[in-house]
Amino acid sequence: MAGVAGAPRSALRLIRAFGGLCQFGEDDHENVRCCATLRDSRISLMRLSAVGLACRRGGREVFAGIGFSVGAGEALIVSGRNGAGKSSLLRTVAGLLRAAEGRLTLDGGDPELSIAEQAHYLGHQDALKPSLSVAENLLFWAGFFGARPAAVDAPLGAVGLGALAGLPAAYLSAGQRRRLSLARLIAVPRPIWLLDEPMSTLDSAAQERLTGLMQAHLGSGGLILAATHGPIGLGTTQELRLDQSAGPTPSPEAYEGPS
Amino acid sequence: MTALTAVLIRDMRIAVRVGGGALMGVLFFLVVVTLVPFALGPDLALLKRIGPAVLWLAALLASLLALDRLFSADHDDGSLDLILMGRAPLELVIAMKGLAHWLTTGLPLIVAAPLIGLLLDLDAPAEAALALTLLAGTPALTFIGLIGAAIAVTLRRGGLLLAVLVLPLTVPVLIFGVAAANAAIAGPVPFGTPFTILCALTLASLVVGPFAAAAALRQEKE
Repeated sequence: MAGVAGAPRSALRLIRAFGGLCQFGEDDHENVRCCATLRDSRISLMRLSAVGLACRRGGREVFAGIGFSVGAGEALIVSGRNGAGKSSLLRTVAGLLRAAEGRLTLDGGDPELSIAEQAHYLGHQDALKPSLSVAENLLFWAGFFGARPAAVDAPLGAVGLGALAGLPAAYLSAGQRRRLSLARLIAVPRPIWLLDEPMSTLDSAAQERLTGLMQAHLGSGGLILAATHGPIGLGTTQELRLDQSAGPTPSPEAYEGPS
Repeated sequence: MTALTAVLIRDMRIAVRVGGGALMGVLFFLVVVTLVPFALGPDLALLKRIGPAVLWLAALLASLLALDRLFSADHDDGSLDLILMGRAPLELVIAMKGLAHWLTTGLPLIVAAPLIGLLLDLDAPAEAALALTLLAGTPALTFIGLIGAAIAVTLRRGGLLLAVLVLPLTVPVLIFGVAAANAAIAGPVPFGTPFTILCALTLASLVVGPFAAAAALRQEKE
């Protein structure tokens, strides 16, 4: 699997592989492994597909038998009632939840990286540190995901936070925090965007701006999975409704505390 | 490796900002050590004898303070999800977080220890030996603590659980740390013997800690 080029890179891979061994044989990437394809395949050939995906949380089946196929430049809107498993589906694709059954495959893309490593996940939490400034927060995530360190001004401008770069994140409103979180997606190019309720807390101007950013991402050959209740403003999209296959509505006794 | 330096810089920035753990740890250390002479009375011989043990205990408790939030803060605000999705190996990210924790809580203790040793009537060679044992031993406290901090995230609300899990594991470090300090001050045992074992404990924890903590954090995916 390790290539000839990039000796430090493969050394790190080795360390990771050893880390996997320490989990007593449970390979958590088993279900979320990309299909090895041609190394020089272009991003436009990417296709993310799922077959028979199932997720269980706390002994309860959240969803089962989910299948989809999203190609480069396409968006998949995941809809369904509260508790239908929209967030769980996105977290499964992001490698943050283990799929109980089924397979996720990514054709194209980098065969050395897992799906999670080629994806951006925008969850309900904004992953910001209140004591760091707006620019420092973005600089950290850009650096962590391997972007060039100088590249934070343009993303901040793109989400309309350029003037607030020096302000501690503690003073941001909910919508501004959301926008700062979105700036991460622009600062670091990754082909797959997993967006959980991306429009929540955004005002109408910011929603339009986000729609523009998503269209630009699709235009450059990326793909988007978005869980949402409302319209998202994208033109041609596929829709995956989680209601039909879902089990009975959970009773109040089934509540197991916040995740 | 820019991802790892980014983690180091961020964690150190957070620790030294308002509400961070760096100042809290060293202040706690000073307060605990200062209280001991008041509790025991002005018996200089007694203070001198138990001085290294008191300083070591205070250092142990102080380094435990900031550990509690090491991973749970990242878990609560969603940062941990993104860290798990990064391309940097989780073990190395955790080792960097440990390094940042030690630089902001362990290192200030070592700087403060000779100063506070005056309260316990320790003379200059004793203070130097004590600082040396703390320098060799506090990284072990941090890296053993990483395991407890990671397990506490998985089980949620692990504040006290962390102490219960971590403190028993630090007993060997405590024993050989205090033994080395005492050997330098008075004891018939040569300083080198317990000190080498202390260094070995630290080296072992540097390896085991990040791997065990990473395994615990990956269980979060359930």
